[in-house]
Amino acid sequence: MPTYSEEHKTFLKKRRRKKIIILICQFLIILFFLSLWEIASKTGIINSFLSSSPSQVVNTFISLLKQNNLWNHVYITVYETLISFVIASVLGFGIASLLWWFPTLAKVVDPYLTVLNSLPKVALGPLIIIWIGANMNSIIFMALMISLFITIINIYNGFQLVDYYYITLLKTLNASKRQIFQKLIVPSNKNIIINCLKVNISMSLIGVIMGELLVSKEGLGYLIMYGSQVFNINLVITSVVILAVVAYLMYLVISFIEKKIVQSK
Amino acid sequence: MKPILKIRDLKKNYQDLDGEVEALGGINLDVYEGELLSIVGPSGCGKTSLLSVLSNLENKSDGSIELGKETIKIGYMLQKDALFPWRTILENCLIGLEIQHNLTEETKNRVIQLLNTYGLGDFMNKYPSSLSGGMKQRVALIRTLAIDPDILFLDEPFSALDYLTRIYLSEDVYNIIKKEGKTAILVTHDLAEAVSLSDRVAVLSKRPAVVKKVYTINIPNKSTPIKNRKRKEFQHYYDLIWRDLDAHI
Repeated sequence: MPTYSEEHKTFLKKRRRKKIIILICQFLIILFFLSLWEIASKTGIINSFLSSSPSQVVNTFISLLKQNNLWNHVYITVYETLISFVIASVLGFGIASLLWWFPTLAKVVDPYLTVLNSLPKVALGPLIIIWIGANMNSIIFMALMISLFITIINIYNGFQLVDYYYITLLKTLNASKRQIFQKLIVPSNKNIIINCLKVNISMSLIGVIMGELLVSKEGLGYLIMYGSQVFNINLVITSVVILAVVAYLMYLVISFIEKKIVQSK
Repeated sequence: MKPILKIRDLKKNYQDLDGEVEALGGINLDVYEGELLSIVGPSGCGKTSLLSVLSNLENKSDGSIELGKETIKIGYMLQKDALFPWRTILENCLIGLEIQHNLTEETKNRVIQLLNTYGLGDFMNKYPSSLSGGMKQRVALIRTLAIDPDILFLDEPFSALDYLTRIYLSEDVYNIIKKEGKTAILVTHDLAEAVSLSDRVAVLSKRPAVVKKVYTINIPNKSTPIKNRKRKEFQHYYDLIWRDLDAHI
């Protein structure tokens, strides 16, 4: 156990204090907001039928749990998100690698990729439903459309930004293209790839919710859509809150995996 | 003595949209086993092109390169160290062996020994970011030596370093090359470096480059580069080569 100087101890104490202050502030903000919301709806300043209230959200949450189908909705949304996340990541990485391997192919498809990437994918929604059908596949396809192109473009850009000097070095050692890819292109883009995965998980979730809003019988997006159709604002807001928590949890999981990968070098 | 490399009428043209650039206009040069040959010339004269063609990084346009043996393994040391930041020093030095499918316990131990001999043993498991510029360049040399090349190509290996570091590093590199008994071609624009390190100095003309003259550096009781710099013959050769270059700038 190393002994620290007084100065270092004060430094650590200051650090810890700052952390606690930040946590307290964060807690106070949410507490203030929730109380304001609750009081405003209880006293009739805002219409609780239109804007719900924290206590009503809690009640709706409990009744959703009791009706026993909440977990199913959460499960469906997470499941669809993960499926499209995995497909988009694998396919995105694969296609980006292919484009790196065949530069002429990359030049050929460049304008198409740009157009597909900038097209607002929600416009494809009706077409996707007509072609694939009103089922889970079209939701996954929708999410895939949203996350795939951006993945391809980001990873491919990363591949291209590798300093040509490093490639020259490997060439002086008589490296094959495959070796250049394995020993240089992929490892030097580790951070970009991880970042892409992080963006991808939220992109997939956006796509899934969008798909569920358009067509579905299950999932959090369905709950939101259903709630709005029967004018049950409590249900809409509760679903949004659950969705926020789910999104945050998924982000935490990805961050955790990122940390593990970065640590393992 | 039989040359390890026999270069005859070697030509290299570069093509681009505006037309053709003649970089090498017929190089004739022999490289002998065990010597340190420097190539100097005005900037942009095609010194690097010559090394690129010799090491097969680029195709020659015309001429011939005859090898002294059946195959010759080339070790190419670049201007910048190009160490991979995600690999440790040792892993960086092993990359050539990995690529050439030649990584065994034995070859690995040889590289570790090289690192130990040349003062990098303590840094073996560190990452390049914790090394100074001069040390990184020394690692780059060991990475080049790791594949046990027959001939070393050194492409301005000291030019990215500050003055003091380059003087000391060139001394180190000289000692390492001589101790390992390697043949080496050093491309440089620094005449003092060329004269103090080399056995011979080839002077190239401006583009399209040809070998204008080859000097054998005859310093009696030749010593290490730093000591060579203080000899009167050093000045003599320096002036001769300077005049050769001057005519073309």
